[in-house]
Amino acid sequence: MGEERLAVSVEDVRHVADLANLELTAEELPRMAKDLNAVLGYIAQMNELDTSSVEPMAQVGQALGLKAAQGGETLRADVVKDSVDRALVMAEAPETDGRFFKVPKVIER
Amino acid sequence: MADVVHSSIETISLAEARAGVVEGRLSAAALAEEHYKRIAAVDPEIHSFLALTRGRAMAQAEKVDAAVKAGDAVGALAGVPVGIKDVLTVKGVVTTAGSKILEGYRPPYDATVVRKLEAAGAVVLGKLNCDEFAMGSSNENSAYGPVKNPRALDRVPGGSSGGSAAAVAAGLCVASLGTDTGGSIRQPAAFCGVVGVLPTYGRVSRYGLIAFASSLDRVGPFARSVEDAAVMLEVLAGPDEMDATSSHAAVGGYAAETKKGVEGLRIGVPEEYFGEGLNAEIRAAIEKALDGLRAAGCSIHKVSLPHTKYAVPTYYVIATAEASSNLSRFDGVRFGLRSEDAGTLAAMFRNTRDEGFGAEVKRRILLGTYVLSAGYYDAYYRKAQQVRALLTRDFVQAFEKVDAIVAPVTPTAAFKLGEKTDDPLQMYLEDIYSVAASLAGICGMSVPCGKTADGLPIGVQVLGKHFDEATMLRVGAAVEGLGNRD
Repeated sequence: MGEERLAVSVEDVRHVADLANLELTAEELPRMAKDLNAVLGYIAQMNELDTSSVEPMAQVGQALGLKAAQGGETLRADVVKDSVDRALVMAEAPETDGRFFKVPKVIER
Repeated sequence: MADVVHSSIETISLAEARAGVVEGRLSAAALAEEHYKRIAAVDPEIHSFLALTRGRAMAQAEKVDAAVKAGDAVGALAGVPVGIKDVLTVKGVVTTAGSKILEGYRPPYDATVVRKLEAAGAVVLGKLNCDEFAMGSSNENSAYGPVKNPRALDRVPGGSSGGSAAAVAAGLCVASLGTDTGGSIRQPAAFCGVVGVLPTYGRVSRYGLIAFASSLDRVGPFARSVEDAAVMLEVLAGPDEMDATSSHAAVGGYAAETKKGVEGLRIGVPEEYFGEGLNAEIRAAIEKALDGLRAAGCSIHKVSLPHTKYAVPTYYVIATAEASSNLSRFDGVRFGLRSEDAGTLAAMFRNTRDEGFGAEVKRRILLGTYVLSAGYYDAYYRKAQQVRALLTRDFVQAFEKVDAIVAPVTPTAAFKLGEKTDDPLQMYLEDIYSVAASLAGICGMSVPCGKTADGLPIGVQVLGKHFDEATMLRVGAAVEGLGNRD
């Protein structure tokens, strides 16, 4: 890392957009490349810090060494309860037969 | 509302509203009706509400009035009109998160916080505008148009909970719910001159919150006074079996805490928050608040939070990484928008997301996907998690010496609409004093403390230890009291 300057190309943005299932227009691509370079350049400040001996922190409770209950890591009683109403869930789907979500063809023949 | 209250509807406190309802001087139904009238008159200009829930509100208000009449016990928020940020689900009520991709979406369940407010007697008036998926610092990223700052209509209300702050400031609801991932409660509270509370991570359930960054997202209240916010927090706080990250830490009697005074408390002032870039009027207002706290019996101590300058870079790695994962669920299959005419599943995903997401959301998904992608994970995501640990350690060490920390919320007062929309990095720097507390998981709040020469509100930030909202609220109440004496 160190001194290395990152330059995100339009091609890189296209690749990342692909990974993220985003379709970007020809106008959006260079704009996003410019913005990503600006933000990543700023983010690179983190490299001034030596973190080789620092444990990564994924969750607040973990970092504090909280007791499980304080950190929320508890299990509820294993009892059957009402769930969200299926009919209400399916009613929000763009296309459904009431039991399944319908989508365009996945496999071409 | 002929028979009434000591103050007008624009400024009525939660305590006054509840007392009026409980003592029968004021009906919850009339109070809700008056608020809807004011919304109809004022909100076309402010644009804080995205949806009104009149039927549900009036049914709830009548239920409260009937309980009062029957002499039954009523809750801590009996008849209090509230608004809900549109990232929180209300069953059967359109919930969009400020995004076109969820246009018309009616969630099949209530967020736990909404259920708790209503169980305490609150009357939900409607859903409040916000930046799309809570991503923004000005409310200009809402797909449904920006909110204007009621204190100065050419200014932003802050973001992302801009509607929640503006509605309380404009007298359109007595209190509201917002969410804060990197400053989204505290900054709009400061810009609009209301109180906003960021509870400790885990203090308040997030079931029914449309997720942005799960290790950071929190729900908290806006109100017109520290005491009112404390009453709201008391109702909202506590464990929820529907949210595995909610904490079982004991919930305090927060409203009572606000009356305890601050004598003997040790207040920390972090030098890193008073450097270059802090507006002189805001600095002066905070110094005045510190003088007041000293006069009230606090001791003031310099503290150091040495990693502060790395908070914004760290935040924009972690928050965007988590967002890129959380927002992958919006694909046109189960809810919300589906792009028409896509021949294949893959094209349907892409077209839906292209049409449904705004520019800032796409930018953050791209950034988050980039920092998680092969070859960059260690350099960005893992590195940011390590710096996050250092930022958290800064606070833990500072809180060994002090009981609360006082700092600015924002470098400047509310900026003009359109002023920062062309430069994402400038907009991100708006979060410079708020994101460190978000990353560390500590509690924080913004309390109004004076105005600039232009009449724009100034907020002071009070930060407290993990799960010590009680002390934070005591300090907040003292700061508020100083302002009231001016």
